[in-house]
Amino acid sequence: MQFFIDNFPLLRSAFLTTLSLSLLAGLLALVLGTVLAALRVSPVPPLRGLATFYVETFRNTPLTVVFFFLIFGLPQIDFAVGFFTGSVIAVGLYTAAFVAEAVRSGINAVPPGQAEASRALGLSFGQSLREVVLPQAFRTVVPPLGNVWIAMVKNTSIAAGFAVTELTASLQRLSNANAGELVLVLLAVVLGYMLITVPSAFAVSRLERRVAILR
Amino acid sequence: MTAPVLFDLPGPRARARIRIGTIVGALLILALIAFVLIRLKGNDQLDPQRWSVLFDPASGVPQALGKALVATLKVAALGMVLATALGMLLAVGRLSDRRWISVPITTVIEFFRAIPLLVVIFTLYFVLPGFGVRLSAYTALTGGLVLYNMAVLAEIFRAGILSVDRGQREAAFGLGLRKSQVMTLILLPQAVRRMLPVLVAQLVVLLKDSSLGFIIGYFELLRQARSLVEFFTPRFGNQYTFQLYVAAALIYIIINVAISQLARYVERRTNRSRKVGTVAAVPMPDEGMAAVTPGPSV
Repeated sequence: MQFFIDNFPLLRSAFLTTLSLSLLAGLLALVLGTVLAALRVSPVPPLRGLATFYVETFRNTPLTVVFFFLIFGLPQIDFAVGFFTGSVIAVGLYTAAFVAEAVRSGINAVPPGQAEASRALGLSFGQSLREVVLPQAFRTVVPPLGNVWIAMVKNTSIAAGFAVTELTASLQRLSNANAGELVLVLLAVVLGYMLITVPSAFAVSRLERRVAILR
Repeated sequence: MTAPVLFDLPGPRARARIRIGTIVGALLILALIAFVLIRLKGNDQLDPQRWSVLFDPASGVPQALGKALVATLKVAALGMVLATALGMLLAVGRLSDRRWISVPITTVIEFFRAIPLLVVIFTLYFVLPGFGVRLSAYTALTGGLVLYNMAVLAEIFRAGILSVDRGQREAAFGLGLRKSQVMTLILLPQAVRRMLPVLVAQLVVLLKDSSLGFIIGYFELLRQARSLVEFFTPRFGNQYTFQLYVAAALIYIIINVAISQLARYVERRTNRSRKVGTVAAVPMPDEGMAAVTPGPSV
């Protein structure tokens, strides 16, 4: 217990860093991913190609490499970002590709009759996507999006390698300083992640039940 | 639902608009690329001499990158084999009727799925020495990849096994096969075929994650690029930094796209035979926690 009290400030700030990193990156990924998914079903072929290119590139690049480009590559074109901002953008851009795939699979899961009906009512592409298809798609992709979110929270640990003092970095720091209490260090860090992921998983399953479409 | 349901085929005017939009968009993208190139040029990053170092055997760079690629593939291949084998065992164990087998195995799977891979690797590399177990970076990285991915793969296999039609199992029992026979002869082969796309996606993730070796100092591609940079910087200044990182990234992208294409090819082949239906793969960042989605069970 003494260990937790002694290291509370570091653990708390590490936890809050992980949390804010996750929330900001998650927001970026959700917005960008939805736009990308919409582009992938759009009537304009070049836009489809652009979105496909984005998704394929980011899905096949290790997140560590994305971090590298944002943190060490951007200064080469005279855009330096801080470590934290760089991490948010890296995780956000990377996760957006997976959000896009999940949302697209949701769009594909909406029965064709829905889109046909909205087209028959005279809605345009944008309208039928906004008013009819996407709201239903989001309901079906709640579980996969939840998985993407949880995976992303765990992915933020890579920021530890880029001078962001989040939970995993605090693991390294604390295990150097407290060689005698390694199990406690590990426990504290794992608990920190679970404090985010377990309630998220719970919330996702609640939400899933609430918004489920009975067909 | 296929995309064309969402819009009418564009008529002549819409096509003209699209064409104009395409040209404008292409110009914008070209402008962006040009801007990046100009900035790079301004920082002298495009000097051909700077790039030639990547292909010049005398500099030792191609050899070093080649060796690093082998190191990456070595970790990834061993990790893939061990994680797949262990994942399959764990999946079968989790589905066991005996609680003293299924409960501990479920705990193991859920534990490793719940914590970030980097934490597993850090534990093996930084925490275990405190208990007198000293692992090399290679062992720690491979061990972390195996422990983490076996849990994820176990869930994929389990989802696959559960998605096999109940009749298959019942018929197999009806023929008088034993439990182990039903699993190995009937359920697993179908589950593996069905889950192949998700499985391969997860193996790509494993290969990508081997880049985490960078953080604990295992000489895989990224670390090698970094150490080459560190080697060159005192001699030639920051000359080759950017080039080396670009090279490392390109190698990753090429390998992973190749594996993804392979997966797509395999998926098409699997889909061709009508006997097995594939479950639509929803790719997950990092973890193939996809397993949670496709299975009807979870």
